[in-house]
Amino acid sequence: MSANPNSLLERRIVFLLLFVAVTIPLIFPIGWKTEVSGYAKMAWELIEATPDSSVVIFSFDYDPSTMTELQPMAEAMLHHAFSRNQKVMAMALWPQGAQMADQAFGKALESFPEKKYGVDYVNVGYKVAGIVAIQSMGRNMAEVFPTDQRGTKYAELHMLKKIRTLKDIGYVNSLSSGTPGIKEWVMAARDAYGTPVTGGTTAVSAPGLLPYVNSQKQLHGLLGGLKAASEYETLIDKIGTATVKMDAQSIAHLLILIFIALGNIRAFWAKKRRKA
Amino acid sequence: MKRNIPLILAFITGILVVISEFIPHRPFSMMITTLQDWFMIISGFAILLGQISLFQSNLARIKAREEGWYFYLAGLISFCLMLGFGLLWGTQEFKGLAGHGSNVQNWLGNKPFDYLFEYAYMPLSATLFSLLAFFIASAAYRAFIIRSFESNLLMITAVIVILGRTSFGGMLTSWLPENLKFWHLPNLSDFIMEFPNSAAQRAIMISAALGIIGSSLRIILGIERSYLGGDK
Repeated sequence: MSANPNSLLERRIVFLLLFVAVTIPLIFPIGWKTEVSGYAKMAWELIEATPDSSVVIFSFDYDPSTMTELQPMAEAMLHHAFSRNQKVMAMALWPQGAQMADQAFGKALESFPEKKYGVDYVNVGYKVAGIVAIQSMGRNMAEVFPTDQRGTKYAELHMLKKIRTLKDIGYVNSLSSGTPGIKEWVMAARDAYGTPVTGGTTAVSAPGLLPYVNSQKQLHGLLGGLKAASEYETLIDKIGTATVKMDAQSIAHLLILIFIALGNIRAFWAKKRRKA
Repeated sequence: MKRNIPLILAFITGILVVISEFIPHRPFSMMITTLQDWFMIISGFAILLGQISLFQSNLARIKAREEGWYFYLAGLISFCLMLGFGLLWGTQEFKGLAGHGSNVQNWLGNKPFDYLFEYAYMPLSATLFSLLAFFIASAAYRAFIIRSFESNLLMITAVIVILGRTSFGGMLTSWLPENLKFWHLPNLSDFIMEFPNSAAQRAIMISAALGIIGSSLRIILGIERSYLGGDK
């Protein structure tokens, strides 16, 4: 079965226009400002209000496929946590998350070269079993992570010496693109042990997680997609990758709206022709 | 007997986990701790099982010269390369069977496994996901057509949310006076996400949770046995 040549041509034109619409703003940034939403502000407030020297968890629950949206969030939030002198324990519920954490640390260390591994930040790597691993962290963190990513024993990691369970953690920031991710952290860390949870996710996943941002504060705000990442960069007064990419995304969204309008006009005329 | 033992084990384990949620004290707390440890160990082995399964299924397809067998071959070669490099020279701080491979590191600027991860896997993976944008644009043009009241409603909501999620949307209605700020596109978009969306999502979540409780009970009580394999 071969596709209609007109339809194929239309599809190619759509692809080409979208390619141009995304590429041009990336090469020549427009510099549109992004308004900060309440959800991003809530996440920012949690990190801002957490006392200095608190040990916090950044859980990298995603893989490279969604790094375009989630890596800028990780970098911006890590930058904020470091600026507040918080000690960051990175971990991952997704196998490739540990590498994502290393990359985010690499970026953040460009602004904070004085931060030392084991004292200010640590990467304990990937842990299998999702929600069960989180539940076990609520009982004994050292049992779940006997060593860090480099093979150093938990007891020898200076910043984790007083950290026994999830209750000793300032907050959990889960950057997640699916399961296991934010939902599991809310259920096993926030609801079971009262540890505050915030996080970021892809734009398509955000609507499913918004019910957790409620009066009980099951989730302290939520960053959804590249726009929220650029909002966070605005909050910490930093022009990062999300702000640069946001122009391209805005143009792409506008183009999609134009496509929807054109598609409807075409359908309207086709219907009119059929009636005639 | 072959089926009864797993059913009894599933029943006892299921009941123990449920009881431990309501009575988080000894002996249930200790039992659940042990069960959770077992789960983590078994999950670790499941990764190994998945890799073996991936290898076998790809190999079988290549041997049978199934349609598109060369894609399976590419997958298998990639799998073997990453596995081989990881085993030989390790990853990041961990050394492999052949040590850290300083010569190879000097040549590549990184360990081969990390090099492939950073310069092949990451860009390829991100590219594949980004391609969705093209299909969404094409689908929006061909399928997002107003045909009924419901599709009209969907269209209006989608347009508000899409515009509200762009930097441009905020600029469009930034001139609105303070008493009309509700109609400011980002605010309108947030309202849709916070109320109609959350209400619908909660309904879905509650329904799904009830469904999960039902199917869990069926498994614990041995009514649902498909996880054992076989027909029933």
